[in-house]
Amino acid sequence: MTSTSTVIASTAFLSGLPEEVFAATGHLRIAMTSADIPTTTGVPNNGSEGMRFLGYPVFEPLVDWDLRNASDKRAGIRPALAESWSIDANDKNVWTFKLRKGVKFHDGSPVDADAIVWNFARIYDDKAAHFDQAASAIARARVPTVKAWKKVDDMTVQLITDSPTSYFLYQIVWVPMVSKARYEEVKSWSAFAAKPAGSGPFKITRISPRVSVELAANKDYWDTARIPKVSKLSLFPMSEATTRLAALRSGQVDWIEVPPPDTIPSLKSAGFQISTKIYPHIWPWVFSVQPGSPFADKRVRQAMNWAIDRAALVSMLNDTALPAKGFVVDTDAQFGKPNAKYGYDPEKAKALLKEAGYDASKPLSFKVMISTSGSGQMVPIPMNELLQQTLAKIGVKVSFETVEWGTMLVAFRQKPDSTAGMGCHAMNISLMWSDPSVWRRYFHSAAATPREQNWGQWSNPQYDALMDKVRETFDDAEVDKLLAQAHEILVDESPWLYIVHDLNPRALAKNVSGFTPAQSWMQDFTPVVVA
Amino acid sequence: MLSFITRRLLHAIPILFGVSVIVFILVKMIPGNPLDLLLPPEAPADLIEKLKASYGFDKPLYVQYFSWLWRTLHGDLGYSIFTGAPVAQELGSAIHNTLILAIPAGVIGLVAGVTLGTIAAYNLGRFLDKFFSAFAITGVSLPHYWFAIVMVVIFSVMLNWLPAQGMSFEGLPTSWEDIKSIILPVVTLALIPIGVIARVTRATVLEVLSQDFVSTLVAKGLVRREIIFHVLKNAAPSVIAVAGLQFGYLLGGSILVETVFNWPGSGNLLNLAIFRRDVPVMQATIVVLAFFFVMLNLLVDIAQAAIDPRIRR
Repeated sequence: MTSTSTVIASTAFLSGLPEEVFAATGHLRIAMTSADIPTTTGVPNNGSEGMRFLGYPVFEPLVDWDLRNASDKRAGIRPALAESWSIDANDKNVWTFKLRKGVKFHDGSPVDADAIVWNFARIYDDKAAHFDQAASAIARARVPTVKAWKKVDDMTVQLITDSPTSYFLYQIVWVPMVSKARYEEVKSWSAFAAKPAGSGPFKITRISPRVSVELAANKDYWDTARIPKVSKLSLFPMSEATTRLAALRSGQVDWIEVPPPDTIPSLKSAGFQISTKIYPHIWPWVFSVQPGSPFADKRVRQAMNWAIDRAALVSMLNDTALPAKGFVVDTDAQFGKPNAKYGYDPEKAKALLKEAGYDASKPLSFKVMISTSGSGQMVPIPMNELLQQTLAKIGVKVSFETVEWGTMLVAFRQKPDSTAGMGCHAMNISLMWSDPSVWRRYFHSAAATPREQNWGQWSNPQYDALMDKVRETFDDAEVDKLLAQAHEILVDESPWLYIVHDLNPRALAKNVSGFTPAQSWMQDFTPVVVA
Repeated sequence: MLSFITRRLLHAIPILFGVSVIVFILVKMIPGNPLDLLLPPEAPADLIEKLKASYGFDKPLYVQYFSWLWRTLHGDLGYSIFTGAPVAQELGSAIHNTLILAIPAGVIGLVAGVTLGTIAAYNLGRFLDKFFSAFAITGVSLPHYWFAIVMVVIFSVMLNWLPAQGMSFEGLPTSWEDIKSIILPVVTLALIPIGVIARVTRATVLEVLSQDFVSTLVAKGLVRREIIFHVLKNAAPSVIAVAGLQFGYLLGGSILVETVFNWPGSGNLLNLAIFRRDVPVMQATIVVLAFFFVMLNLLVDIAQAAIDPRIRR
């Protein structure tokens, strides 16, 4: 693979070329950033991008992301295969879902309670004949709370959690349903992957391994408002930014995910549309606060948050990111009113460092683990180098341990002082704040690695109490208030260096219309029109 | 000749065994396993441990290795951990796709390389020699990755003559549209074999031309075309050896070229497998490619021995 700098240089070369003609069809062709086609068994691999393209468009969960109403606010949850749900008044572990009538999978079989409980057994019952190891691994990682499931009647199912979890809907949204009839016809998950059937607005019609996957509009889709406007959607895996850019500029595709930031001005001037939108993404340095780390001292953590020039970083990224002032964006209801309003103030940073015992005679020095690429990592090497240069201006010496994405994931699941941590005091790993469960997972003291993902081992009893309360609060507005209080702690205590929020850039040919980006890692392709 | 071939085939067994052991150990030395990449970052540690056990990753290394070896010897290459697809199916299609590029690239490399090298040798010190030598050095030195991008910029983006990426057909190319999608990767891949073969041909032909028998042929009154035939026959063993090696590299699929052109060949598959730590795919791909390499070398040796009987001794 090539280095990021080579990619940037090459893409700059490509971006200066003249505008090309585009194919005019009802056929939308998208270049993804994944290196392969995400798996087509309903629970795709390739992370959020897999779910975005070959999860939700084809397969549906009981509840889904409300993308239609997520243009000016973070995507919430809407009814999908379940038209309504309720929580047992006496036992908050029992969730009852009423299924939508008349919904069919792409093979014509009904979406009923039998199909739904069969799907949950596929994921959670490793003794079931149709247990799917790979799908189970991914789904259980996101939804560890399901303890039991049962059919109440033909159109009603119950799910039982292991502990009362107010944000359970935000978890089961990650478990889409597949056709039981199709599996029973083909009899294996590898055969199902070649001939999949879900119930979503698109159905998979052709798979060419590692080349492309073709989807056709499901004209019989139950939600008539979401029957796709295009007749065909083709998805191409293209992990190389230069390849995506060339494919767009030569008219081979109509849409690319993540155009290189340095090519955006020229793409715009050539008539391409650049779509950006806030979504629940943060690109931080996660500090280790273990003994021996300089970040065990709150003043050092705060100093770092005053010391970086986020505006310069945003400028380098051609406005495809937003300066971060906390874990969530400052326009979100969950931002709260933290005391610290972080901006670029090197003098304040130096003063805090001096207070913590660091100055020119004893400069602050630490090591950060960074990756060469990875899901949501943006362009990590030039971004980190810019931060390194900014911090050097106030005498802070930053060194990097550059690893590949897989190595970083291994380290992120262990304690900072483990071998995998390579002696790093911070880790540059992009993460999401899509729902309340992640607030617990990244910051609660009980979630410290290796148990969950509080890699830095940060601990704050007040924060923990708020998170415990969030889990048991079933009123959304009240949850937002509690999270806003928790966020004030997160900003003032600064367990992370809050750097930028990605704005999820996409480049679209000018014959593509109807796309309204949602504040989500997922997107709705059904209204898109290709002239 | 039969005993020569048998002996060489038997040599292949320890080579393939050694390759499989080295690959297995190297893979295990890299941090992480397929589950680390397959699972989302939020996967809890206890679930990962449980899954590792279910895939057998908790077992001692030698147990994992011999379990893999036993299944492979029984013709079972297993399933990709990442995609769930049968490895034999993935590998079969990847090698097929690579051959679609490697065969024309190899033929172009051999024909153009021998032609350029011979012309250069016969024009020693003149313009054609300098020009073709410069061309050959350029072919060997140009980074594939960069050359591929330049080709895409010129022929796809600026002229819009050829597709920028991808394999637009399944099976074999059957139309001009299909052939258009292989032109850029084939030309890019052919560049190095042309350069290497041209340089070896030039050097070998020059060496042969300096031998006494060439003067004898001239003295006997043979015309230039007949002398070239004798010279090339004498130069052939060295050229074939190099051409065989070059074709072996092409069979492995150039990871960079296949990545730039998004071509679903063996290099692309191997690259993905390495990044995903997809051990069954990685092991099978490397061992099968190593097998091809060994067989190719065997064919080269047989061809050399057929041309020059001294080699058999």
